[in-house]
Amino acid sequence: MSGLEVRGLGAGYRGRPVLDGVSAQVRPGGWLGVIGPNGAGKSTLLKAVAGLLAHRGEVLVDGTELRGLPRRERARLLAYAPQNPQLPLGLSVTDYVLLGRTPHLRPLGREGRADLEVVEGLLERLDLAGLAGRALPTLSGGERQRAVLGRALAQRAGVLLLDEPTTGLDVGHAQALLELVDELRAELGTTVVSTLHDLTAAGQYAEELVLLHDGGVAARGPAEEVLTQPVLSRHYDARVQVWPAPDGSRVVAPARG
Amino acid sequence: MLPVLGGVAALVLALLAAVLLGAAELGWQRVLAEIAAQLTGGHSPLSEREAAILWELRVPRAVLGALVGSALAVSGAAFQGVFRNPLADPYLLGSAGGAGLAVTAVLVLVPQAAGTTGLAQAAAFAGALGGVGLTWLLGRSAGGDAATLVLAGVAVGAFLTAGQTFLQQLRLEDLQQVYLWIMGRLSPTGWREVLLVLPLLVVSAVVLCACGRLLDVLGVGDEEAAALGVHPGRARAVVLVAASLATAAAVSVAGLIGFVGLVVPHLVRLAAGGGNRVVLPLSLLFGGAFLVLADVLARVVLAPAELPIGVVTAFTGAPFFAFLLHRRRRA
Repeated sequence: MSGLEVRGLGAGYRGRPVLDGVSAQVRPGGWLGVIGPNGAGKSTLLKAVAGLLAHRGEVLVDGTELRGLPRRERARLLAYAPQNPQLPLGLSVTDYVLLGRTPHLRPLGREGRADLEVVEGLLERLDLAGLAGRALPTLSGGERQRAVLGRALAQRAGVLLLDEPTTGLDVGHAQALLELVDELRAELGTTVVSTLHDLTAAGQYAEELVLLHDGGVAARGPAEEVLTQPVLSRHYDARVQVWPAPDGSRVVAPARG
Repeated sequence: MLPVLGGVAALVLALLAAVLLGAAELGWQRVLAEIAAQLTGGHSPLSEREAAILWELRVPRAVLGALVGSALAVSGAAFQGVFRNPLADPYLLGSAGGAGLAVTAVLVLVPQAAGTTGLAQAAAFAGALGGVGLTWLLGRSAGGDAATLVLAGVAVGAFLTAGQTFLQQLRLEDLQQVYLWIMGRLSPTGWREVLLVLPLLVVSAVVLCACGRLLDVLGVGDEEAAALGVHPGRARAVVLVAASLATAAAVSVAGLIGFVGLVVPHLVRLAAGGGNRVVLPLSLLFGGAFLVLADVLARVVLAPAELPIGVVTAFTGAPFFAFLLHRRRRA
């Protein structure tokens, strides 16, 4: 069980600042949803936390500051699944998920029995066991996203950073994937930080939301505080309507006229 | 395991064919008897001259063919892996242009020294590494990612080849010698070439095969590889240095033999599938077997004249490649 804390984080690309002074906190085993309009810096935040971008400020896992930590050790604490993963040539689903064991191997080492067992268990859990030998390009969109999730989970890191995990999935597959993440979070005690375009889904799955706008935190809190018509209208520059749904969640939809 | 055994078998059979067949009629039974005699210390059935043809011409040539073919194929597989580019081959980063320019310079500017093969070989080796070095410097200054390096290789290769063409035009009478070198050939002067390149090729091949899994990790892209705890730039540098040394060594003794480094990794990938840790060692084995057999054809088809081996590799490799592509599309 690892908690995550971000203090005064600033990051950008080639002198173009994107984020400044962002702070956020997730309890061990919690789920933080990162929302915000396009270009607000949601992916940048995840990359900076994963250590893939130079950044100012502090990132702490279980109270330990990550700056200066070797990459391999960082990769044992944080797993990252990007929005548009590149699929390597020629690998089977098993080979691909096994790549997640990299931070646990010696630099030019090979996987052992234990690594294979971790991966076999994950494939079973992700309903990919029947596809273990299949080549990645032959998978459907939903299967591919599960394989990417499997690779991140194979790192056995306490914190899972998911950048738009439901990209390209229909409502049913998106729901199945988010349910799966939620179940694994409960089973393994993994802390989840995810960006999500779908505000309704963000409110349903994340315990707490952070709304990024203009490089900073514009709103934070549980869904019923952040997913409100005035907050969303202002920061997304959109006409939206928000209703309470019978299941207690909030439905966000665009409004016309 | 099965594909590896297949590769070993292919290489052994190819070497055997290369030793048994040749312009001089030694007779295959007598060659086998000679090999058995050497192994058991028995009586040799060959005359002194025949034994010299076998042990000083055919055998070193077959071994050199295996080494060069292995080096080109494993380097090609490594380049394809590093650049995630199926069209990558060992000459991608300017080693061909650099070696071509350096050898042409020697043949044209120091014609009296051209007879001494050592100078041309040293020039080819240095030129190949120089070409890659230039590409590396240019690529680094422009960002250093894989795509930039490939573009830098195209620019450096074109520039060096233009320099080579310019030098050729200065002395057209040397054109044929340059041309022969560019087509590639395996005609070692005894065991000298084998001993020259063997240490470098063994080290490079071991390093490359050890990097198979690392190449698979690089296959997910630089950013994700970094998230898995790998330094993509460092990993790429190690693989490129090893592959470039192997390529330069092969080019120094065999000229520019095309197609082996491009096609063999693809054949292996199509036939056996799998990631780089399967493709690299199999490319090593089948690359050696392929080039040895190509050299047998080059020696036998127009005997006693010889075909340039590059013609054979392209002539046999291309249709087979087309067949495999076609089959994959239907599958």
